[in-house]
Amino acid sequence: MAADNMKMRAQLKGGLVEVKLLMSHPMETGRRKDDFGQLIPARFVQLVTATLNGKTVLEAQWGTGISKNPYLTFRLKGAAPGDMITVTWHDNVGDTATQTIAVTAA
Amino acid sequence: MQRLAMQRRGFLSLLLGSTVCLLLQPLTALAALWNKAAFEADKLNAASKILTIDAAVASTDIQIIAPDRAENGAVVQVEVNSNIANTDLIYILVENNPTPLIAQFAFSNGAQPYIVTRIKMAESADIKVVVKAGTQFFSHSKHVVVLENGCG
Repeated sequence: MAADNMKMRAQLKGGLVEVKLLMSHPMETGRRKDDFGQLIPARFVQLVTATLNGKTVLEAQWGTGISKNPYLTFRLKGAAPGDMITVTWHDNVGDTATQTIAVTAA
Repeated sequence: MQRLAMQRRGFLSLLLGSTVCLLLQPLTALAALWNKAAFEADKLNAASKILTIDAAVASTDIQIIAPDRAENGAVVQVEVNSNIANTDLIYILVENNPTPLIAQFAFSNGAQPYIVTRIKMAESADIKVVVKAGTQFFSHSKHVVVLENGCG
């Protein structure tokens, strides 16, 4: 998976670091049909993990109900500019992507 | 000579078997993390039972910000904030979806019990948020009218 798979931003705002991310993923439910009436196989992100300087801060499990090109915002206390945030996802067909960014001051 | 060949065959198949096992291990470990039964449950009650969240107490300390009317059920933005102390987990469920459990979020090491994400809604329904704090469960719901269904 290419590095541009995930767009990420982490900004310090009023004592909290707000992390926003947008993943590029089809999030197919497995119930949709293509133009020829064939079922499109399920393909969706199941696990998302975020770490702050290597320590786990957020662990998410997702079903097929998260929208295509998943969007997520979360907030961290006790993080400062320069700290590193890494987000990794895994989907049901074995694809995975990971990205790391530094926290910036707003 | 034949016996030696047999031994070698046995050894090779053992080697192959263990390699396959080693390769499969990370995959099964990953699959074990994902709550398959809960995510594939097709009724809200069934999913709630599996997650043992069916005894959640209604609480207004959970805020759900979502539109009253969603133009497009494929993308409904939901903001969830828990003011309940020691919130460990937040679950998002949608009652009338083919699989009601949407997501589970676990917070640790300074992560705030706050999430914004976008979900699919098959039809007008309640978005139900369940919070686990220690050994207690709390819930809050918000009704969203869906004008165009999101599961195509």
